[in-house]
Parts: sequence; C-alpha cells; structure tokens
Amino acid sequence: MSTEAHRTQADPGGLNIIQANAPQVPATPTFAMLRTLGVIAMISGLLVAMAYEITAPIIAESERIATEQAVLRIIPGAVSKRDFTISPEGLVPAGQAAGAGGQTIYAAYDAAGQLKGLAITGVGTGYAGPLQVMFAYDAALQAIVGSKVLKSNETPGFGDKLDTDPTFLKNFEALDARLNAEGTALANPIVTVKNGTKTDPWQIDAITGATISSRAMGKAANQAAQRAAPAIQRGLAILSQPE
Amino acid sequence: MAESPQQTASAKSPAPLFNLQENLTADTFLRGLWQENPVFVMLLGMCPVLAVTNSAINAIGMGLATTFVLVGSGALVSLLRNWIPKQVRIASYIVIIATFVTVVDYTIHAISLELYAALGAFIQLIVVNCIILGRAEAYASKQRLVPTLVNSLGMGIGFTLALLSLGTVREILGNGTLFGYQLFSDNFQPWLVMVLPPGGFFVLGAWLLLFAWLKQRRERRILEQAGVSAHGR
Repeated sequence: MSTEAHRTQADPGGLNIIQANAPQVPATPTFAMLRTLGVIAMISGLLVAMAYEITAPIIAESERIATEQAVLRIIPGAVSKRDFTISPEGLVPAGQAAGAGGQTIYAAYDAAGQLKGLAITGVGTGYAGPLQVMFAYDAALQAIVGSKVLKSNETPGFGDKLDTDPTFLKNFEALDARLNAEGTALANPIVTVKNGTKTDPWQIDAITGATISSRAMGKAANQAAQRAAPAIQRGLAILSQPE
Repeated sequence: MAESPQQTASAKSPAPLFNLQENLTADTFLRGLWQENPVFVMLLGMCPVLAVTNSAINAIGMGLATTFVLVGSGALVSLLRNWIPKQVRIASYIVIIATFVTVVDYTIHAISLELYAALGAFIQLIVVNCIILGRAEAYASKQRLVPTLVNSLGMGIGFTLALLSLGTVREILGNGTLFGYQLFSDNFQPWLVMVLPPGGFFVLGAWLLLFAWLKQRRERRILEQAGVSAHGR
C-alpha cells in the first residue's frame, strides 16, 4: 500500500513504472513462513499430546464400564464378567492371546461364580452404515436369548424399533443357534424373513417398514454366532472354571 | 488496506490492552448474540446447525464445543497476529483450529460416550465450520486478545443459543421430550419428520421467517413514526 502511494507521487505519469517497481518487489519471507508454521505446529503438537495424555485413561475406563454395563444388562442375574479372546488354539483370557485381533467374547457370572451366559457381538450393514449388536448366548440351550444394539445410524422411529418393538424382540428370546455335527459352524444359518413368514426357530421375523434394519440385525446375529458359538462350545471347560 | 493507518495509530497508543482497533464494549459481546448472530443473521455453519440439532442436548454439546474452539483459536490467532506472514495465515489458522478441535474431541469423548456417539463426525467437522475460520480472519487476526476473547465468546454463545432454539423445537415436536424428559402422555404421536433431516430445514426456515417478520415490522413502525412526525410538522 505504501509502495503504491510512493510510486504515484514520484511518478505521476506512470512512465517509469517498471524501473521504479523492480527493486521494491517485496521478497517472500521464506524464513518467517517456515518459522511461523514450525512454531505453530509445535504448539499444536504439544496441546494435542497433552489432551490425549489426560483423556486417554478416562476414555478407556468409561468404555470399559459401558461394555460391562451392556453385558450385565443383557444377561439377567449376572454380577461380574470376564473377557475371552477367540484364538486358533481356542478361548484364552483377554490380554493373554498370542496374536492380537481375535474376536472378544464376554462371559458373565452370577454371585456364586456360576456361568450365567455369554455376550457376543456382531456387525451387520444397515440402512445408514454398520449396525453393531450385542447378543446374549446361552451355551446350554445353544441359542441366542437376548439382543441390544450397541451402535447404529438407523433412521429414528424405524431403526430404533430394533431395541423396543416387542414382537421383534420375541425373535431373540430363543433364536436357534445349534452347531452342526462337526461343531464348526451353525447347523442352520440365522436369516431374516419377511414379516409374518417365520417358520423355523433360526429365522427372524422382520419389522414391517424396517426391513433393511431387520436384515442387518439378522446378519449381525449370524456373524456373531458363526464366529463365537463353535469356540464357546469347545471352550466350555475354560469358561466355567472359577477365576 | 484499512488496517495500516489503524495499526500505526495503535502503535503509538499508550493504553496496553483495551483501546486498540476496537473499544471493548458490551456490544463486542452482544453482537454475536443478536445483531450478527452466526446462524440467523450470517447464515454460517449450516452443516452442524441442520445435522445435530435433533435433540436439545446434542445442540448444547455441539454449541459448547464450537464455542471452546472459537475462543481458543481466537486467542491464539490474536496473540500471534503480528507474527504470522499473510502468505501462510490461512494454513496457520487451520492448524490452530484443528488443534483445538482435536482437544475438544478428546474431551467430549472423555466426558460422555453417549454424547460423543450422538455427535459423531460432526465434532471433527468443526474444523471446516466457516464461522471459526471467518472469525479468525475477520476479527481475531486484527484485534487484541481481550476483545477477541469477549467477541468469540459472544459468537459462540450466539451459535449455541441458535442451535438450542432449533434443538428444543425439533426434540419437542419430533420426540415429545425435552432434554430426555417426556413432556406429553403416551398418546402423543411424535411428529417424526422433525428429528429427521428435513425437519432441520423446516425449523430453521420457521425461525428465519419469524426473525425476518420481526425485523420488517420494526422497520415499518419506524417509517410510520417518521411519517407521522413529518406530517405533523
């Protein structure tokens, strides 16, 4: 701005613009730019690291409590839970698995230390993204006996019926999840069928108007049971051992 | 262009904090609440306004998170304003804003898992909320620390109130509750569309209509009064 004013005063006709202008082109302040961005990045890194250090343990703790509450709510009568990881060698207590990345299952116990049930999780693709569901699995009945949606983006008023609709929840009172003769997979995969056409105990009767969400629920149930049920049946001895 | 004479004037000014480019008045704070309300007047940051106002508690969470980012980034931009070359100012502002957004993201995650899940990606998306970059560019980069803090706080609270005015209406009509408490008997059939995305547009439109009508009525009154006095004379 000052250069411009200067120029017009010194050279009103504008004849010598090029000569007058050339030495006055402001140099790009490379050093200043590097310094500024460097210092800002450092401040930024410091603040983020500090916030992470402070909040990480609190977040881990509240997530642990949330999972525990979900497990204890879905399995009536349970007072404590233990986590197990499904590994190729069978069930191992969580944290002791050799390789990471195995599916976690939650074993719930009553006050006397008796195994009350197991909580297993599965994911299905719903109307607006993944649907995460926790199921209660009864090892003796070989059936799913309860369900609770952990995380969903389903349309309010339709998708949230998955947790509240009494007729739909009846599907999960004794959803058959028996293993086949070899004990490697379910004898009958769990499927969602159109509303009112349920004939077998391994079928889920869909909610009218929320077919995609119901189907996601069926996929989640099938995935959870296919993954966890064989390992649970093989590892029953480990599960019923007192701690 | 306009800033250079002001800056030279301020360099001579002996008063340390307050009377630089703008005097700190009640207006510095109140402007964000009413005259320059980010949502209802400037129509900025519409994405979170429409997306997360399906309940009052989400609206408050989002509003407070944005307020924190506004105040924090405003303070840092204001402190560093004479020191950031203008070629890299946008990059600098974005890094500063992103820092505060990350901090607020961790904080909300630590405070409430439920709120964190409800707000979802919209917390991270505060980075690209144009209110914040707009205030950094238009205000914080030119003003001293204290007016910036006060003005950012006003803008943040104005944003929060705007979100809340959408969130309460949408939650009452669409869910029959307010802050999770049931307001009506079980016979109330919630007006579901209000908590779905279209409801955001309906309620925002209704509020804008109300404010435009109020403004028009006031202007007409002023005109009529002026007419009466001119006639009397």
